[in-house]
Formats: sequence, C-alpha cells, structure tokens
Amino acid sequence: MRTTIILRTASNYLLPVLLLFSIFVLLRGHYLPGGGFVGGLIASIAFILHSFANGLKRTKDLLVMHPGYLIPIGLSISFLSGLAPVALFDEPFMTGLWSHEAVPILGNIGSTLFFDLGVYFVVNGVTLTIIFTISESA
Amino acid sequence: MLTAILTGFLFAIFLVFAGKFFRGKLAILSSLIPLGLFIYFIRFIGEIANGEIITRTYSWIPSFNVDLSFKLDGLSMLFTLMITGIGFLVFLYTSSYLKGHKYLDRFYGYLGLFMAAMLGLVLSDNMITLFTFWELTSISSFFLIGFNNDSEASRKSAMTALGITGIGGLLLLAAALLLNYISGTYSISEMLTMGEAIRSNQLYPLAVILIFGAAFTKSAQFPFHFWLPGAMKAPTPVSTYLHSATMVKAGIYLLMRFSPILGGEDIWSYTLIIVGAITMLYSAIHTIFRTDLKGVLAYSTISALGILVFLIGFGTEEAYLAAAVFIIVHALYKATLFLVTGIIDHQTHTRDVTRLSGLFKIMPLVGVAAILGAISSGGIPPSIGFVGKELIYESTSKAEWMVILMVIAIVSTKILLLYAGFVAGIKPFTGKLPENLQNTKKPGIILWAPPLLLGALGIVLGIAPFLIEGALIKPLVTAMGVDASEIHLALWHGFNEVLLLSAITIGIGTALYFLIKPSAKLENGIAKLDAIAPENLLWKFNGGFKIFSQYWTRFFQNGYLRNYISTIILFTVGVVGYIMLRDGRFEIDYMRLTETTISEIVVTLVLIAGCIYTVFTRSRLAAVVAMGVIGWSICLIFVFYSAPDLAMTQFSIDTLTVILFVLVLYKLPRYLKLSDYKTRIRDGVLSTVFGVMIAMIALEVLAVPANTEIGDYYAEKAYIAAHGKNVVNVILVDFRGADTMIEISVLSIAALGVFGLMKLRLRKSERRHYD
Repeated sequence: MRTTIILRTASNYLLPVLLLFSIFVLLRGHYLPGGGFVGGLIASIAFILHSFANGLKRTKDLLVMHPGYLIPIGLSISFLSGLAPVALFDEPFMTGLWSHEAVPILGNIGSTLFFDLGVYFVVNGVTLTIIFTISESA
Repeated sequence: MLTAILTGFLFAIFLVFAGKFFRGKLAILSSLIPLGLFIYFIRFIGEIANGEIITRTYSWIPSFNVDLSFKLDGLSMLFTLMITGIGFLVFLYTSSYLKGHKYLDRFYGYLGLFMAAMLGLVLSDNMITLFTFWELTSISSFFLIGFNNDSEASRKSAMTALGITGIGGLLLLAAALLLNYISGTYSISEMLTMGEAIRSNQLYPLAVILIFGAAFTKSAQFPFHFWLPGAMKAPTPVSTYLHSATMVKAGIYLLMRFSPILGGEDIWSYTLIIVGAITMLYSAIHTIFRTDLKGVLAYSTISALGILVFLIGFGTEEAYLAAAVFIIVHALYKATLFLVTGIIDHQTHTRDVTRLSGLFKIMPLVGVAAILGAISSGGIPPSIGFVGKELIYESTSKAEWMVILMVIAIVSTKILLLYAGFVAGIKPFTGKLPENLQNTKKPGIILWAPPLLLGALGIVLGIAPFLIEGALIKPLVTAMGVDASEIHLALWHGFNEVLLLSAITIGIGTALYFLIKPSAKLENGIAKLDAIAPENLLWKFNGGFKIFSQYWTRFFQNGYLRNYISTIILFTVGVVGYIMLRDGRFEIDYMRLTETTISEIVVTLVLIAGCIYTVFTRSRLAAVVAMGVIGWSICLIFVFYSAPDLAMTQFSIDTLTVILFVLVLYKLPRYLKLSDYKTRIRDGVLSTVFGVMIAMIALEVLAVPANTEIGDYYAEKAYIAAHGKNVVNVILVDFRGADTMIEISVLSIAALGVFGLMKLRLRKSERRHYD
C-alpha cells in the first residue's frame, strides 16, 4: 500500500494519542458521555488508521497477538464482573459493587467499570477481527 | 420417584463414558437397572391394592404452574410394571441377541433413555411434564427404530415414526395449553376434580380432538397406523419393547388417564368406538396378507390397540375391566411372540413364514414358548387370553348401540387375531423341517428364557387370575373413575352366550389357519391396493408439500440481499401503511415542533445532497463515501438534540462502516452492473414511500402525549442506585447489563462468523471431495 510519508508519520503519533483518548472515553463513561462501546470503537479506529498508513503487517506486529484473542478476554472480564457479587457477597448476578471512597479523577470504582472494560475489549476485538480478516482476503 | 425416572437417563449418560465395558460380556449387567426399578415399583403394590395413591412433587417452574409432580395409582402401576418388567427381559435378551455388536452400548443407551421417558410419561401428573416425556419417547424411539442407520429403509421408517408421533406430541401440547386455559391448572389430579366443568366448556370438543390426535398417532390408530409396520425395521428387541409393552400403549394410557376427565360425552365415546373398530378390523384383515413374521405381528398389534380404543369408547365398568386385562394379555403374548420371532430370525436369518417350518425339532423350548403365546393370543383356555377375550365379548354384548354389528366386528377381529397368532407362533414350529434349515444352531438360554417366562406367565395368570385381580386390575379400574368392588376374574364363567362366541371364534380361527396359508401371492395381491392406502396418500401430500416449499424457498431465499431488504420493506409498508390509511387521520401537532435553526437546515441540505449523490453516482466508491456523509449528518442531528453518547457511537460506527464497505467493494468485479434503469426506479419508489411513511409516523408520535415514566425512573435511579451520572451508560452497564452481556456475545459470534467465512475456506483439493 502506497501512503504519504506525512500520514505515516502522523499515524505513529496519532496511535498512542487516540488509544489514550479511547481509554479516557472509557473511564469517564459513567459520569459523562462515553463508555466501553465507544471507547472500543475509537481504539479500533486508531489501529485501522495505523494499518492504513503502515500496512497491515506492521500493525499486527504491534499488536503482538491476533485481535481475535481480545474477544474471549473481554467476554471473561465482563462475565467475571457480573459473577463477582455472586461469588463474594452472595448477591444476585450482576449486582453492582462499589468502593466506598472516591478515587481521584475516576470517582467511585465499581464492578460496572470492569464490565465496561470487558465491553471495550470485545468491541475492539470484534471490529479489528472483522476488518483485518476482510482486508487480508481482499 | 424422580430418582427412578432419572436412573435411565443417568445410565444413558454413564454409557457415554463407560460404554466400552458394556459392549462386551458385561452388557448383561445393564439389565439390572430395569430389574431394580421393577423391584422398586413392586414394593408399592400393597399400598396400591389398598386403594392408596402415592404422589411426589418437586418444584420446577412454579411461575408457570409447571411442577415435576408424579402420581402412582392403579393405572400407572400397571404401566410401570410392564415397562420395567418386560424391559428387564428385553435388556437381558438383547445382551445375547446383539452380542458383540459394535454399537451395543449405544443401543443400551437409547433403550435406557426410552425406558426412563416412558416411566416419566406414565407417572407424570402434570400435563407439561407429560408432554415432555411423551416427546422424549418419540425421540428415543426414533433412535431405536433407526438403529441400523446404514439401511435406507430403516432411516426412512424412523423418520416416518418420528414425524407421525412427533406431530401427535405437538397436539398433546396444544391440548395441555387448552385444558390449562379451561381449568386453570396443568395438574391432571386437579383436572379430575373438575371434569364436569371441563366437559361443559364450549372448548371441550377441541380439547377432545387434540387428545385424540395425540393418542391415535402414538397408538397407531387408523389412518395413522402405517408407521408401526414400518418401525419393524428396528432390531427385534426394540419391536418387542416398543410395540408390545410400551410406546404404542402410551396413546392407550393417555385415553385411559383422561377418560374420567373428558369421557362420557358422545363425541368421546362414538369417535373411540368407530376409530377403534375400523382399526381393529382393517389391520386384522391385513395380517392375512403378510408373510414377514414381524409384519404379521405388527398388524396384529395395531388390531389389538384398536380393540383397546374400542373398549375405552364404551366407558362401562365391564369395558374398562376388559381393557385392563387385555393390556396385560397383549403385553404378555405379543412380547413372547416377538422374542420368539427374534430368535428365529437370529438363528435362521429369515422371517419369511412361508419358508419356516418344523423348527420344533431344533428348538423345542422356544417352540413351547411360541405355542403358549399363540394360545394366549387366540384366547384359548386356560390362558389369560381366554379370560381377556371373555371379558371383551361380555362388555361388547352389553353395548348400548348397534350391538349386533359391534359383536360381529369384535368376533371377526378376534378370529383373525387367533389366525395371526397361530401363523406367528405355531406355523414355524410344526410340519417338516426344510433342508436349508437342517443346520440351524440352538439358541442360548438368555434368548429362550425370556419368551418362555412370559408365555408361561400367560398360562399361570389364566389359571389363577386372582393373582392380578386385587393387585392390578381393581386399582386400575378405580383409577379410571369407576366402582370396581364387584370385580371378580375367573377362568370359568359357566355356559352362556359369551362362551358360545368363544367357541365360534376358536373354531373358525383354527379352520382359517388350516385353510389359508400365508403366501407371497396374497401379499402381492394386497400390494396393488397400496396406491389408496393412507400411507401412500400421505407420501403424495408430502411430495406436493416439498415441491411447494422448494418454490417458496427459491422465491424468497434467492440469495440477493437487496431482494430480502425489498421484501421486508414492502411488507412493512404494506402492513403499517394499511393501518395508517385505515385510521385515515394524521394529527400533526404543529405547536410542538420547535423552530428550525440555520445549522439544522444546513445539515439537512447536506443529507439530502448525500442521498441524491448516492443514488445517481456511477462510482461505487463515491456512493459509499456519500453514504458516510449521510451517516455523519445524522450524527450531527443527534448532537443538536443533545444525545452525545449516541452521536459519538454513531460517528465511530459510520467511519468503520465506510472502511468496511470499501474493503468489500474492493473484492467485487469492477464493471459489474448490479442494477439497471428499471430496478432503480422501482427501488427509488419503494424507498420514497418507506421514507415518507416513517416521517409521518415520527410526526404523529409527537402528537401523542409522551410517557416519560420509564425515562424518569432511570434518570432518578441512575445516581442513587448505580452511582452514575451518565444515564445512557448506567443503563448499558448496570440496569440492563445482562442485555449488553448478550449483545457482546452476539458481536463475538458475528466476528467468528466473518473469520470462519473468510479464513477457513476449503483448499481446492479438499473442495473436490464435496462436489
């Protein structure tokens, strides 16, 4: 794939910035617009942009593992966050657990944050799997 | 009781892991399970004889009134003893019959499943559980009938049996729902107390028809009888079990169980009498034309089932008594004859009755068993068959309706059944031994003992019918809602009309046996009438349905996404449009519309321009980009109306969609034109109509006072209950977190699907294999 040197250079800087932004969106979700779903999409856009500029192979090397693995990881995190109240406190499945003291920036941390983190991984994994697979066979 | 039922299922699961031990010499041990169950149930016999009813209830789905409730009364007692008792002998017999078979463990698994399902069926006191077990018997019998799965005929008859009995099961479910609607309960015991109310309900005839549908399909009544002879493709132990003692009797059981609730009305009695009479005569006549031993037995089973239905139709004390005795009679002699047939088949490799004779010399004990079976089947004293036949004649001669005709029908049936019993039980053993059978080997004890035991039991009970009188028959008749205190079973009734009829039956039947020899000529003769047999009519209907469904599928599932979408949109426009035009009024509340701002107008103009460009551009890539523009314009509108979450998500999704589209388009042939002028106009009209309709709905929604209850609830609770200020996110991760959980699972499956489609294509060399 032929790309301009400007895009290539820019994407190298954009990737970490966009990823940071996606995490920011993920974390603020509970109080302000954002959340795991959008965060995951933004992260995938970051990787796709990188792959457009540098070629798919480099992005894949950067990711170390196939994005498909993010799917089971995310699903497990979400499921375990739902299971935690059952296992730890004998409460119904998916009851929200909350820390008593607020953490700076994040506010109160609850099990829902981990649930959202799972969603983030799954969305990221799904999007990248689909797009990488299709662009590889194209 | 639940444990007893689960035993079979657990055994079947256990075989998955420990199957290899049961394929060899240890197979015989599996018969300990039915034996154990038999002993378990027989312990209750004293309590049952005293008129007690044993119930057990386990809560299952209380919110739907569905419980695992079980009831052991006289009726279920008889059936459980038959299922486990004959089951024991069948399990035992199989260990020798299918000795060393590759899939013996699998066979035992199916058999165990079937036995457990059958036990569940006769013990269930809840209609939904009854239905569940009912269908399980159909499914497990499908496995059993199709056990020889490399034979096409075997597979076909398994399918037929499953089709017919499965449909019956669905009718039973419908009946359960309807009876629940009428009576407000699924519990059969509770229904018993409100029989009067159920019978006077206007939906009563429908419920009766549904119950009949279930019972007639399961018990092979005309015109649904044909699956049963087909099912004879199964290994003989299966035929013994399914067709003498268990599965086909499930329909009879259902009718007996429901006769105190639904019986007594004309529609119940007359239908049963007529259907039963047709079935018993029709299939009794058929037995003359069969040369396959199992064919003869299959048709005589159908005939016997017809007699039972016929008797239940009478609904009198005598008829119930006769039916109760006849169930035992039939189970004993039919199991005997089937097992004997199995031995003959196993030793001589033929079941063609025209080629079998003189086997008595080789296997005398089997011969004795067969003759005992034949005697009981013919109703010759001193067998229990005689007692049963006398009771049947007696109850028929007291019919309130067309007595002469009834008596003629039942006597002719019994004559033909005597003939059939003789053909199956006596013909192969008498006469001269043909040369090709000279070297037949003797069967082992495990093969001949079960039929001999059953045959002997038929005689013992004939001489001493009091053995079952108090323990089994009386409780059963009581369970059917009739006073049974006057019942006395006896071999000898004295000289009366019934005895005369018996003498006529035995005389003519024996004469018939000597006059008509089964022959291929007769069988071919009847085959000419196959074209109008119910089975053939069904196959023809089946064929027609197949052709219709092919056209239907080709029309709708033609593989073009655009056609699917057009169909969906057309349908929606048709249905919604019809409702909108029917009301004929559109209320648009102009007061509620806000003033448009400049930015909105600009975005809308961009949106419209994007639409027009998408439709008219010649480049696909440009069309995709224009689609992206449309999507982003919509996102901007979300932003204006303060839905930042939605807008953000939509922005990302639209971006990714455009990328995806570009990647996919890259694969399409370059100059392929997917639509011409005409289709574009057609699609354009369709989209315009759809768009206008949606716009009108949206405007009308504004006129309806909004119900903000749900929104308020979430807004109020979001911070208190879930510590979040962003209501959308709180709903996603907390209030409706389970939905999200499932949604991300669906997404994952979609990704796996794409991955599988694209990556796991077969290599060329592999592909050829499937062409």
